Amino acid sequence: MFQKIYWMLSLLLIASISSFAQQTEQVEMADQFRTDGKIYVVIAVVTIILIGLLIYMISLDKKIGKLEKEYKEEN
Amino acid sequence: MLSNNSPFAWWKLLTFILLLYSANMGFIGHVPRLPILNETIRNLYFHVPMWFAMTLFLLLAAVYSIVYLAKGNLKNDRYAIEFTRTGMIFGILGLLTGMIWAKFTWGTFWTKDPKLNAAAIAMLIYTAYMILRDAISDEDKKARITAVYNIFAFPAFMALIYILPRLTNSLHPGNGGNPGFSAYDRDREMNMIFYSSVIGFMLLGAWITSLRIRLRIWADKKDGLHIDSGKNVSKDLLDA
Repeated sequence: MFQKIYWMLSLLLIASISSFAQQTEQVEMADQFRTDGKIYVVIAVVTIILIGLLIYMISLDKKIGKLEKEYKEEN
Repeated sequence: MLSNNSPFAWWKLLTFILLLYSANMGFIGHVPRLPILNETIRNLYFHVPMWFAMTLFLLLAAVYSIVYLAKGNLKNDRYAIEFTRTGMIFGILGLLTGMIWAKFTWGTFWTKDPKLNAAAIAMLIYTAYMILRDAISDEDKKARITAVYNIFAFPAFMALIYILPRLTNSLHPGNGGNPGFSAYDRDREMNMIFYSSVIGFMLLGAWITSLRIRLRIWADKKDGLHIDSGKNVSKDLLDA
């Protein structure tokens, strides 16, 4: 099962490593922001939030599982 | 293999793998350079999946309402209400994120655009569903009446969100002769990120819903209501 997940994950990653080449046109993009490297700060923040949410979801899931189990034992 | 009710079931891990992938690549990945939109085109990865997920949950809610009317099992009524609740959350997030995006591309938080107004009306239709539920105290009567309402609400929602805005002029992409984002050069990489995000948020919503349903059925049993709870709520969700 986990092997499947790793497969899917690695497929996603490989597929996304296409060219990062940027055309230089007149349209403004966050180029300065990106050369400053600060965009990675945002990514770090979002990643932390998502991981925090994951942990919270798992703990809720565990708690509800425990309630269900307790109720089943009572009866 | 872990049961689907386990907190570490494979699809729960997949949820976060997909979300982390899209949240990271959503910022790093290459996007087309378009005037006015600029970098906000990255909102495509986060705003649009809200509506895709909402539509899926409201569809599932309507299906469970039909199943309830066919079988009369209160469990299916619980599925319907909890899916509607999750759908509403995603809808509210979709509206709020859309408003911010609109402010910086169209210049205002809200316009009298048919797509926006239709989305707001659709939310009101489902708010009425919630209020209707609270207004009836008898469980079976409540379940039956609201199931019928829900079955009518879903086609109305689809027409409001996906059909009517296409028939008139609209600022919103994909409506009124306005191209959707697929018309721009949404390349393979963008599609990968976009659909990972869509599937990730759908799975997250399904997870949240499965927790709410389990809690609800647990409480119902404690109240002595007759609920045929099935052994594995999450499995039912995945089968749906």
